[in-house]
Amino acid sequence: MSEARTGFLAAALLLAARDLRLALRRAGDSLLPLGFFLVITTLFPLALEPSLSLLRDIAPAALWVGALLSSLLALDLLFRDDGQDGTLEQLALCAHPFAGMLLAKTAVHWCLTGLPLVLVAPLAAGALGAPYAAMPGILAAVLLGTMALSLIGAVGAGLTLTLRRNGSLLALLVLPLAVPVLIFGARATALSIAGASPAAPLYLLAALAVLAATLAPWALAAAVRIGLE
Amino acid sequence: MRPAAGTAAAATADAADGIAADGLHLWRGDTHVLQGVSLHVRAGECLQVTGANGSGKTTLLRALCALVPLEAGRVCWRGCDVHLDPLAFRGELAYLGHDNGLKGDLTAAENLHYAVGLRRRVTRDESGAALERCGVPALRGVPVRRLSAGQRRRVALARVLLSGASLWLLDEPGSNLDAAGSALLSELLAAHAQAGGVSLVATHQALELPADAQRRATLQALSLTVAPVMA
Repeated sequence: MSEARTGFLAAALLLAARDLRLALRRAGDSLLPLGFFLVITTLFPLALEPSLSLLRDIAPAALWVGALLSSLLALDLLFRDDGQDGTLEQLALCAHPFAGMLLAKTAVHWCLTGLPLVLVAPLAAGALGAPYAAMPGILAAVLLGTMALSLIGAVGAGLTLTLRRNGSLLALLVLPLAVPVLIFGARATALSIAGASPAAPLYLLAALAVLAATLAPWALAAAVRIGLE
Repeated sequence: MRPAAGTAAAATADAADGIAADGLHLWRGDTHVLQGVSLHVRAGECLQVTGANGSGKTTLLRALCALVPLEAGRVCWRGCDVHLDPLAFRGELAYLGHDNGLKGDLTAAENLHYAVGLRRRVTRDESGAALERCGVPALRGVPVRRLSAGQRRRVALARVLLSGASLWLLDEPGSNLDAAGSALLSELLAAHAQAGGVSLVATHQALELPADAQRRATLQALSLTVAPVMA
């Protein structure tokens, strides 16, 4: 009975549509990491003395530590529900490459939790005293950085799928791997704020994002399969 | 059934019809769960695997659909090793595990749309008809979260029915089903066998099925061999 068999692309889009619809029904879950990011970045100006130069000095660190921690917080949403209700198992048994389907899931996850960070990053950077001229560089850095963070984090989430209290182990697994993103992201932000060209760290961030996009799906599929055993 | 000598097992693996497993061995930690399981279920047959709790029924089904890797042995679908072309095999497979694989926040109809849609295009009429066949026509617009365990199982059965798969691997499909639900399950399995489908059902309570369509095997002493039935 092979009438109108779904192709890979159609299946990936259908899965993405399902995840978007589920996220809309639970909008609060997806907004939590965004709120966390905003709170962290606005706490810094409140806690420091009101000196613009000091704020600008710590802005890259505040932005990127905030982005890193909030992406870690969001990872809990990625596979937990699907793992518990058996839909992840069904996904592993559908007639499409598992790595591709998980990449589609991760892409939706980034749209729901990474993209909002990109959109509010200029606001947060502005609150930390970054000049308008720095915004394009900061936007590009956060865009590439959150992509890499979502992909790296997804592998960690796949590996800790079956662990009951997986939060702390997930942080231990993911944070060291995310250090290059932190370094180049913060560097690109600092250069943008200083008025210099952030091209070099941006290229490296882009390279990290591409590397993550090419390798993470396979690692992810292997990790989730182990979790499903 | 008794663990078989290698000869019977070797004969089953060559069969180009249905699903054949040959000498499956699997360890879970220190436990030798599958000790050389061989079976062959042909088109139009339903094999019920019964056994005590913990005898490895679930593991056997998960090993057959390659959710757990085997230490030894191979599984053939229509004569081809399933590891050679896993995507084609999965395209003909419908698996129902302990978990129903339904999203609580989606309605029954949405669940069917997204789950079956990964395999083939499905219309609203088709999903409505499948839900009706499974005895839950009024629940199509209700979020699955609000359904009872038995109703969820019926929706999950509708997913299997709608998948159009020729191989059904059902793990305790009758759990949480009432008497009418069990009867329905038997009907579905008989109809699937009638249409030339293959099904393997792990269950602790054997279902009533037409004698010509079914065989039963008991997973005993952690090993099972079902030799091909002579025609």
